[in-house]
Order: sequence, then C-alpha cells, then structure tokens
Amino acid sequence: MASWPILSVTTFLPLLGALFIMAMRGEDASIARNARWVALWTTLITLAISLILVWRFDVGSPEFQFIEKKPWLASTISYHMGVDGISLPFVILTTALMPLCILASWRPIQQRVKEYMVSFLVLETLMVGTFTALDLTLFYLFFEGGLIPMFLIIGVWGGPRRVYASFKFFLYTFLGSVLMLLAIMALYWDAGTTDIPTLMHHAFPRSLQTWAWLAFFASFAVKLPMWPVHTWLPDAHVEAPTAGSVILAAILLKMGGYGFLRFSLPMFPFASQEFAPLIFTLSVVAIIYTALVALVQDDMKKLIAYSSVAHMGFVTMGIFAGTIQGVGGGIFQMVSHGIISGALFLCVGVVYDRMHTREIAAYGGLVDRMPLYAAVFMVFTLANVGLPGTSGFVGEFLTLIGTFRVNIPVATLATVGVILSAAYALWLYRKVIFGRLTKPSLAGILDLERREIVVFVPLVVLTILFGVYPKTVLDVSQASVAALVENYHQALAAKTAALAE
Amino acid sequence: MNEIFELYPALPELLLAGGAMAMLMIGAYKGDRATAPMLRYAVALLVLAGVIIAGMPGDRTAAFGGSLVIDNFAKFLKILVLIGSAGTLLMSGDFLQGPDRRKFEYPVLILLSTTGMLMLISAADLIALYLGLELMSLALYVVAAFDRENLRSTEAGLKYFVLGALSSGMLLYGSSLIYGFTGTVKFAGIAMEAANGGIGLTIGLVLLFAGLCFKVSAVPFHMWTPDVYQGAPTPITAFFASAPKVAAIAVFMRVSFGAFAAITAQWQQIIVFVAIASMALGSFAAIGQRNIKRLMAYSSIGHMGFALIGLAAGTTEGIQGVLVYMAIYVAMTLGTFACIIAMRRNHKAFEDITDLSGLARTNPVEAFFLAMLLFSMAGVPPMAGFFAKFYVFLAAIKAGLFTLAVLGVLTSVVGCYYYLLIVKIMYFDDPAPAFDPMGGALRTMLAVTGLFVILFFVYPGPLVEAAGVAAKSLF
Repeated sequence: MASWPILSVTTFLPLLGALFIMAMRGEDASIARNARWVALWTTLITLAISLILVWRFDVGSPEFQFIEKKPWLASTISYHMGVDGISLPFVILTTALMPLCILASWRPIQQRVKEYMVSFLVLETLMVGTFTALDLTLFYLFFEGGLIPMFLIIGVWGGPRRVYASFKFFLYTFLGSVLMLLAIMALYWDAGTTDIPTLMHHAFPRSLQTWAWLAFFASFAVKLPMWPVHTWLPDAHVEAPTAGSVILAAILLKMGGYGFLRFSLPMFPFASQEFAPLIFTLSVVAIIYTALVALVQDDMKKLIAYSSVAHMGFVTMGIFAGTIQGVGGGIFQMVSHGIISGALFLCVGVVYDRMHTREIAAYGGLVDRMPLYAAVFMVFTLANVGLPGTSGFVGEFLTLIGTFRVNIPVATLATVGVILSAAYALWLYRKVIFGRLTKPSLAGILDLERREIVVFVPLVVLTILFGVYPKTVLDVSQASVAALVENYHQALAAKTAALAE
Repeated sequence: MNEIFELYPALPELLLAGGAMAMLMIGAYKGDRATAPMLRYAVALLVLAGVIIAGMPGDRTAAFGGSLVIDNFAKFLKILVLIGSAGTLLMSGDFLQGPDRRKFEYPVLILLSTTGMLMLISAADLIALYLGLELMSLALYVVAAFDRENLRSTEAGLKYFVLGALSSGMLLYGSSLIYGFTGTVKFAGIAMEAANGGIGLTIGLVLLFAGLCFKVSAVPFHMWTPDVYQGAPTPITAFFASAPKVAAIAVFMRVSFGAFAAITAQWQQIIVFVAIASMALGSFAAIGQRNIKRLMAYSSIGHMGFALIGLAAGTTEGIQGVLVYMAIYVAMTLGTFACIIAMRRNHKAFEDITDLSGLARTNPVEAFFLAMLLFSMAGVPPMAGFFAKFYVFLAAIKAGLFTLAVLGVLTSVVGCYYYLLIVKIMYFDDPAPAFDPMGGALRTMLAVTGLFVILFFVYPGPLVEAAGVAAKSLF
C-alpha cells in the first residue's frame, strides 16, 4: 500500500490544472499561451506519477493494488479506488495519450483555447477515474461525467455538423447508461453494497443476472460501440476536432470493453455464458459488415471510425470467449488499438490542418512532398491491418486463437475480417499517399514539422515495441486475467454441478 | 403561562404572520418608499424563523390541540421553504425598482404566503391543511398578477385564481367525504379508520389528491403552469417554482403516510400514474418551447414527476429520496432563475432561449454556472441533480417499481435534450448582444447554487443524513 494516495493524485491532478487555467486572467493571447503550457505540464506530471504506479505495481498479484477507501454516500457506497492488471494498462494509456493530444492541439486550436484545455483536463480526470474506481456508483459518476466535456469538445470546436454529432453522441450514450444505473441499484439492493470487489464474489440470482447483464450490455455496447448501435461513432468522429477523435477512439471506446471485463464477466458469469452467442454474432457482423462499410467511405475520418468498430468486434469476441488468450488478447487489442487509431486520427489531422478537407479524393501522391509523413502513415496503416511485428497483429491473433478454442466458425469468419481490413486500409493509403501528385492545391504542402514529429515518435515506438515484445503489456495483465478466467469457469462449473444434482 | 408555552411549535408561523402585519402598518404609513428596506426586513424575518425552527426539538411536538405538529420532517421542509422564499426576495430587488412596481405589499404577500406554507407542512388535520393551503394560494394569486400594467401578468393571476379555486373545491369536497366516512378530520384518527372506510373514503382520497396534484402541478392538473409561469413577473415565477412546490409535496407525503398508510395500495397506483404522466409530459412538451419561462414550467412538471417516484415507493427510502430531491431542486431552480432574471438588455427583459445565444463568450462565468445547473437538472453526474434522481430511483427499485423506474430514466433522457439545447445555444452559437451586468444579489445566488450543484458530490453526507432523519419521523 502506498503511503500517499497515488491513485487519487493521478486522477485529480488534471482537475487541479483545469481549475488553475480557469482562474487565469489577462489578455486573450497570453491566456491561450499559458493555458497550453499549463495543460501540457499538468498532463506530463500526471503521466510521470502514473508511471510510478507501473514501477510499484506487483505484476504477480491478481489483487487490487494502491487501495484507497473512504466513506462517501453511505457506509456501503464508498470512495474506493484501486487498480489491477486489467485497469492499469488503460490508466497508462490515458495518461500517456493526453500530453500528445495537447501537443496535437497546439496550433490547430486557436479559438477559446482556455475552455478547450479545461475541457480536456476535466475529461482526463473523469477517464482515469473511470478506470480506477472500485465502487460502481463512483464508476458511474466518472463514466457518465465524461459526456459533459466531450459534448462541449465536439460541439464547440467541431466541424460543420457538430451540433447534430454532439447531441447524437450525448443522447445515445446517456440512453444506454441510465439503464445500467437502474441495474446498479438492483445490484445494490441484492448485495447491500456497490463495492466492486465485494460484488465480484457475490452470487447473484439467475434472473437478476440476466436483467443486469442486459442493462450493462446496453451501456457498454453503445460505448464500445458494437453493431448495430455504433451509428453515433462515425458522426462524432468526423465532427470532433482531431484530439477529440483521438481521445474518443483511444480511450472512451475502451470504457465499454473495460466494463465488460470488470462487470459483466465476473459478476454475471451465467448470463455472460448464455449471451455469448449473441455477442459472437454481433462481433462477427461488426468485423465483416463495418469493414465493408469502411471500403466505400470517401471521408478519411469516417473510414477510420468504421475500422474502429470492426476492431472492437475482435475485443468483444475475445472477452466473451472466456479464455485466457481471448481475454488477455482483448485487453491487448484495446491498448494497441488505442495507440494505432489515435495515431491514425492524428495522421488525418496533419493533412486536415494543411488542406482543411478530409475527403480522400482531394489527396494523392503525398509521398512526393511529405516523405516523412508517408512513412509514419505507413507504420500505422500496416499496424491497423495487423501486420506481424506491429502491435495490431498480437491483439487480433490472441483474440482469434482464444475464440478458436471455443467457437471455430466465429473465429473463421472473423479471420475474413482481417483480410477486409487490409483491403480498406491499404486502399486508403494508396489513394492518399501514392499515385501522382497532380492536384495543384497539394503542390505547396509541407512535411511534418517538429511538433508533429514529437507527437508521432512515441506512438511509432510503442506500436513496434508492443508488436515485437508484447510481454510488456501481457505481463501486467496476466495475473488478473488468469484469476478472472478461473473465477468465471469456477462459477460456471458450480452451476453445472448444481444442475446435475 | 402553560398555554403560551404550548404555542412554541407554531412560533415561526406566528412570527411571520405578526411580522407581516407590522410591515403592512409600516407600509400604510410610509408608502412605497418603504419597499426596499421592507424587503430586507422580510428576509431578516425569514432567517430568524429559520433559526427558530433549526433550534426546535426534533421529536414530535403538537400545538393547537394536535392540529399543528413539528417534527424532523417538518423542520427539514420548513427550512427548505424558507430558503426558497428568502432566495426569491433577495432576487426581487431589481424587479421592484421598476416604475409602479415599487409596491410595499410585495414582501408582505410573500411573507403571508410563506406563513401558509409553514402551516401546511405542519398540518396534522384537514382543517389546518386547508387553512394553510388557502393562505398560501391567495397570496400567490395576487403576486402572480403583480405587474398590473402587463396583460400577461394579470391574465396569469386570473387564470391561476380560477383554476386554483376549482382545485380548492375538489380538495374541500374530498375532505368532507373523508370526514363523512371516517368521522374525524385528524390524520391520526383517519389513519385508524382508513382500512374500513370503503369506497366513499377512496373517492374522497382521489379528490383530495387531485387538489394536491394541482398545487404541485402534476399531470393531469398541470394546465395552469406554463401560462402562469410565463405571465408572472420572473422573480415571482422563481417563487412559484420553488417554495410552494416544497410545501405541497410535503403535505402530499404527510397526508399519504399520516392518514392513509393503511390503504397504501390505493393511492400508490394514483401516484405511479401521476408520476409517469408528469415525467413524460414534462420532457416531451418542453422540447418545443422557445420561451424559457414556459420551458422551465414544463421542466418543473417533469421534476415533480421524478420527486413523486419517491412517494410512490411508499418507504422511508422513498421519502428520504423525495426530501433530497426537493432540496436539490430548490437550489437548481433558484440558480437557474437568477440567470433568467438577469436576461435583460437596457432594463428590458428578454425571455426567448435564443436570447442566450453565445452567452459563453459574452459572460463566460454566468454561462458556465448555468450550464452546470442545466446538466444538473438533466441528471448528469457528477452534478447534484444526479444524486436527486439517484435516491428516488434507488427507492423505486427497492420497492419493485421497475416499470416506473425504467420509464423514469427513459424520460430523463428525453428531457436531457432540451437542457442540452440551451447549453448548445450558449456554447455553440454565435454571440448575441451582451446582457446588462448581473446585480450583486443575483450573482451571489448563481454562484452559491452553482457551486452547490457542482460540489455536492464531494460531501453529500449531511443533506442525505438530515433527509434520512426527517423521513424516519414520518413513520
């Protein structure tokens, strides 16, 4: 146990930075400059503190670590924080991407910089809190609270259809979550607490499991998003500013997968097993159908958004396979997709900042003028395809073998999706980067500047590092995943034994 | 000497009534010059009454032969009413500056209405209930029409009066039936007879509830609300939306549990229907509104629907939920109305939601607090409004009212739309000309309520526990 509340500090430090920025007074230009620097330093310090977590984390233990517990709403609804091998990767993913997002917004955001930075820092607090909360009520608070800053980010700094996109994003996710709230209350009355570790070992009655599973599913399926409730995502992505898209794809979507891992599987094992065929079906549809939809997009961001839905299909498939490879692969796939999709949106942002269009047809032959950019884009395109040696490969491969042991047809169909993802990703790359640079508007386009290189270098390094040495992530999550899978199968075995008698 | 001491539970009411009389005399001699200082006296009286109530013992004490009672439940709600009334008076300063509005009757009427509310909350028999209700309402009819030169205001007053009289009639008729079938007007006596009261008692109960629904503006007795909210002067609308709602919900709970606990199943179905209808109408009808006061009217109808969920649960948790809901609701209402009152350009009031356009640029602080209040009303965590809904739904789930709970959360998503719409107008749209600077009182009110809804989650304990203690004293 840490001597100081390290998780609370990691969670609430960005909020402190936000308050500091809010309190700034003076000329607009100097406020904007200071706001940027304060935001960057806040996120960097938060990252540094969160790395202490990794350093002190005991990878051998499946238990929650860095526990903090204080009475809050009632004696049974407490302020309970902690991380285990499942949540720690997401905490680090969040804190690591935030400084890059701030940097990526350095030049593109010139309007209302102060409010922008405040929104991002508040969002960081809420995202980290979602992953560190060990009480369902507290989790819900963070989970839902994130809607407010994201709504503002899309609506204020977004594209032409930002109002439509922001409303759709907010109402869609809100609708899914309120049902989960009712389920949380039902769990509270059944178990007498909303403490997550306690609930994990509480045996809920069969019917409650089914209803609660469906309610949680409503929330997480929208958030993840799974087909057919994914339609808010392309709109939100297209309209959001670049950094907003990055956060959305890299972290907010992962909350859905994290929710499945943290709640659905351990708390409702019977229902999870019962509904696994539903999840498999939806996942396969997502993998194949959205990949096909991605093929016909003419907006770069929309294409990547649909590809996100397809990649999340692998995650749900792996998680509900209920095997060590499947669950571990799901976590790895989420982390890897967080880096890759985030990077791809940043790539789109680079050319958008220069040309102010995301239409694929408006580009072509960029390799002539932007060789560095072409190289970076190449790395992430191949990672998105799942080329061995990149992190994208490891996640897809693990989820596929995890599923193969449980359900061969599903795994086979999902493999088809891998081919399709190669088709659309390479097609996008060819259209934008290769060919002849004929469009006169592109003649003066400049290659990556120093700030952008600083943003991309860590992402490239991580993509390749996790690709060739995936143990870095897998080791952290391994103990918790093993415990999760074991508990899951024990619960199911107990049920089968009870039925046999 | 003993008789005088027995009046102690009614001391706050006596203080306010006596104070109002004295102020009437001062006004009669000094005329409208006295309005501004009298506003301050009235606030002082309300604060004093609040201090007296806070110091009272929490266990059940009766006065006037058991007609008025004071217990933790009454203490909680009375303090809430006093906060609502005092808040309204504090925000009325600018309105009373206007020509032919500097009428000293204004604070006097608010005080008398508040006296009625306090009586209503303490009422332990049907006579006291009716007296309190009428004292409250008669003063409200007059203040609704306070802006005499304004056609809408006078129309609001008249409409409110006619419909209010109708509802009083229903309530009285219901009371007489209840008296006829149980032989007593005392809640405690009715409680003993309720189980064998038969159909006559049930009809009486329905009529009584109809009258009370009118006062909380619950569907289907809500028709007056949008017109009166729109027509009445804005500070008065703030008053309508806060204190009387608290008093009416209080008496609703007192009657339901004090007198009709034995036939809970009978009234529970009424409340369930009224709650669902109010939530649905409150969220769907508000979507089309462009006048912010009308919009707030529908919003308050919806909020009453949510509060009634706690009553429908029929448990201690439910009552606790209602009390928490009302406390947070009063704070949200006062804060939002502080912004609506401040929607003035060159001393002229504006009421269209598009007038808030781009407020985030022209007055970022006001826009921020208003946005947080709106998110709170929508029930988005971590704002206080989320906890308000959390506790009533928690009670509903425990009581097994799943349909009600599911419909409730779904309508809350619909309702979310129009709150978001205002946030969108403030933050996404291009700025309209700036409003006049906010007055000090309004600014303070907005800051206090805004910080309350934002920071409530940090330390929710005291309010929730106080509500729990208050709820227990009702059983």
